[in-house]
Amino acid sequence: MMSEHILPKRLYYTVFGLLMLCTYLTVQAAFIDLGVLNTVVALAIAVFKATIVVLFFMHVKYSTRLTWAVVLGSIFWLGILIVLTLSDYLTRRWLTYGGA
Amino acid sequence: MPTVLLPPRHYLNNGYGIRSWLLTRDHKRIALLYLAAVTFFFFVGGAFAVWIRLDLATPAGDLVSDETYNKLFTMHGVMMVFFFLIPAIPSVLGNFLVPIMIGAKDLAFPKLNLASWYIYMLGGAFTLYALVSGGVDTGWTFYTPFSTASSTTNVIPTALGIFITGFSSILTGLNFIVTIHRMRAPGMTWFRLPLFIWSTYATSLINVLGTPVIAITILLVAAERLFQFGFFNPALGGDPVLFQHLFWFYSHPAVYIMVLPAMGVVSELVAAGCRKPVFGYSFVAFASLAIAVLGFLVWGHHMFVAGESVYSALIFSILSFMVAIPSAVKVFNWTATMYRGAVSWETPMLYAYGFIGLFTIGGLTGLFLAAIAVDVHVTDTYFIVAHFHYIMVGGTIMAYLGGVHYWWPKISGRLYNEGLAKLSAGIIFIGFNLTFFPQFVLGYLGMPRRYHAYPEEFQVLNVLSSAGASILGVGYLIPMVYLMWSLRYGRAAGSNPWGAVGLEWTTTSPPPTENFSQTPVVTWNAYEYSPKVDHVA
Amino acid sequence: MSPDGAAQASHIGEVSGHHSGLAHQFDSLAQQREAATLGMWCFLVTEVLFFGGLFLTYALYRGWYSGAFTAASRELLIWPGTINTVVLITSSLTMALAVHAAQTGDRRSLILFLAVTMLLGSVFLGIKGFEYYEGFLEGHFPGPRFQFEAEHFREAQIFFSLYYLMTGLHAIHMIIGLGVMAVMVWMSWRGTITAEYYNPIEVSGLYWHFVDIVWIFLFPLLYLIGRHA
Repeated sequence: MMSEHILPKRLYYTVFGLLMLCTYLTVQAAFIDLGVLNTVVALAIAVFKATIVVLFFMHVKYSTRLTWAVVLGSIFWLGILIVLTLSDYLTRRWLTYGGA
Repeated sequence: MPTVLLPPRHYLNNGYGIRSWLLTRDHKRIALLYLAAVTFFFFVGGAFAVWIRLDLATPAGDLVSDETYNKLFTMHGVMMVFFFLIPAIPSVLGNFLVPIMIGAKDLAFPKLNLASWYIYMLGGAFTLYALVSGGVDTGWTFYTPFSTASSTTNVIPTALGIFITGFSSILTGLNFIVTIHRMRAPGMTWFRLPLFIWSTYATSLINVLGTPVIAITILLVAAERLFQFGFFNPALGGDPVLFQHLFWFYSHPAVYIMVLPAMGVVSELVAAGCRKPVFGYSFVAFASLAIAVLGFLVWGHHMFVAGESVYSALIFSILSFMVAIPSAVKVFNWTATMYRGAVSWETPMLYAYGFIGLFTIGGLTGLFLAAIAVDVHVTDTYFIVAHFHYIMVGGTIMAYLGGVHYWWPKISGRLYNEGLAKLSAGIIFIGFNLTFFPQFVLGYLGMPRRYHAYPEEFQVLNVLSSAGASILGVGYLIPMVYLMWSLRYGRAAGSNPWGAVGLEWTTTSPPPTENFSQTPVVTWNAYEYSPKVDHVA
Repeated sequence: MSPDGAAQASHIGEVSGHHSGLAHQFDSLAQQREAATLGMWCFLVTEVLFFGGLFLTYALYRGWYSGAFTAASRELLIWPGTINTVVLITSSLTMALAVHAAQTGDRRSLILFLAVTMLLGSVFLGIKGFEYYEGFLEGHFPGPRFQFEAEHFREAQIFFSLYYLMTGLHAIHMIIGLGVMAVMVWMSWRGTITAEYYNPIEVSGLYWHFVDIVWIFLFPLLYLIGRHA
């Protein structure tokens, strides 16, 4: 499936460098007051780090469509769990059965 | 006419002794290990049901105390849901049939398959230990904060038992997914697969995606009990409804784990019993996937009265109506298959027809419950109990028995006594309806569930239900007798006693350990009941 | 027609002659490799949903109790968390390099990189243990010994419950990972791993990277909620 793709070590070192950089950035960003954006930035950096680990360290960029489907499917299902559950909590105060 | 003989070498006589069974990697032997185990747990769960129905024969709670009654229905639920309904068809029939139906020699990971069985047994042992050392009284649903902060019974061992068994489901599902993707025989394209494989595949998706969530939920409950963490305890800042979200995220799809394989069996039985391809094959195949996917989007319908938001309830209600559609598609297609088919009345087909009727009733009542306005009145009443028993017992268990009977000749190489089998099917059908139809009425009249005593005016219906339960019990015991008897004294079945189409019927009964003498090359569609197709008899 | 039975059938799918690592149920090494990889990915799906339940719980309570969560997060020491992040990412690098070594048949480098990965994993666990110890002394563990300012006393316990549960579960996965790595070192030492058959290394690598990814999310969500004044 991907033994044909032996990635050059240089690529791994580059990804490693990016991951280190992002770690530095995320720590620094925590000390700056960005209000609600702090969470957004932290999550965005984490998602980016996770993405390059998945694509390159885990070879998904060079994997079959089935592997892509599995990876994306798991993220989508996690999304269902979180979004559909939190949508209950977020809409609790919108309307109550008593009408108030 | 030549006498049919058993083949000289097959998987049952390929090695004798307990080690050859407990250390087997043969998916067929593992299926039989599961068969013994799930049958045991079924009767344990059934014993609790007997006690429950005995207590409910009289309005006063005089057979057992209220606390004991709580333990009875909890254990009945836990045993039946986690140790019978969820594993039975996939781990018994699925394990036996998946490799054969796709033309493979075994599953992708045979050792993992054996490990799954041991894990299942370990989980069962934990739960049985919890049972004998005092039981659990939280209901199989473990609602918090009662289960985490108040109950003084063996919550953690039971929860651990379920946690461990969950891994068995996950690993079996994983094994099936990889096997079906990667090990189909040459020519066995996706749309030539038997519908049982499509259903098993869809079930395995649910197993892999859903079971981990109940696993973490159980861990959270255990951690809360042990360390007084406050996730689900309002006194500590937690929310009990969060538990319900996490619990039902799995437990609703779990009911599709229970019913999808049953539907797969019914597709096989209807095709064979009517000697016709299933009507609308691709619709049925896609309906299996649709049920698996949509089944993950409806869990909030268990929480209409739990305090979830109105808008959330609306969304879950609409989605719950939608999930009925693919199920209905299947029922229509089975019915259309029967139309102008050579309808047979042999035992497996009796169970299939029973499934179609009873599942339809159960499914329709599910639509009533999807309507919030109805649900708020009948939730936590016997209406719900009747609804899910129509599907799980009238549906799943009937399909399971139908499948066991249909493939029994393949599994054992022997034929069972058809007369006794038909009799049992009839007793089960009558006993089932007598047990559970009155419960629809009881629930609608307002009798709450999980109560050990009830008002006098409900007694007649309860007595009918209890009488039905005893008939049902007898119905379940008779197959044990004639199936065991057939193992020794039954006539040899031959490769294809039903004259059915499918790779499993092209190999011997019982099959050799490696399933086929040569890897089959498939050039025909599933259910090609045509004289032109040349099958190895 | 009855088949000949086991004897004839044992030739099905067997690669001629030498021990190739091909299991009997597969027809080729390529099929076996694809199956192993797909199998591990399916398992990782279950891990995503498993940790996912905890992330959901975190998301809810952080939304409800953001003040308490911020205050509690500041009590965690940032330097061991950061060092651990660096250590774990480095171990992912060495794991990727181990897979590379396996693919190129470089047995010495394979064993070396696996050993370094294990070492880094152990360092991670050691630092985590130190953090836990310090935490217990500080009264971070929820329960009768919990200490926190009065304003956020109740909600901060939820934060720390999540902290210990999530990092604890992560640590258990690391320990299992170390066990898996030890088996990989043993297999590499014995010569079972070749450039044609390195599934176990590949698949173990996937697991290891996943555990790293969980930490990539845990670190900012637990340690970096709001460190500004």
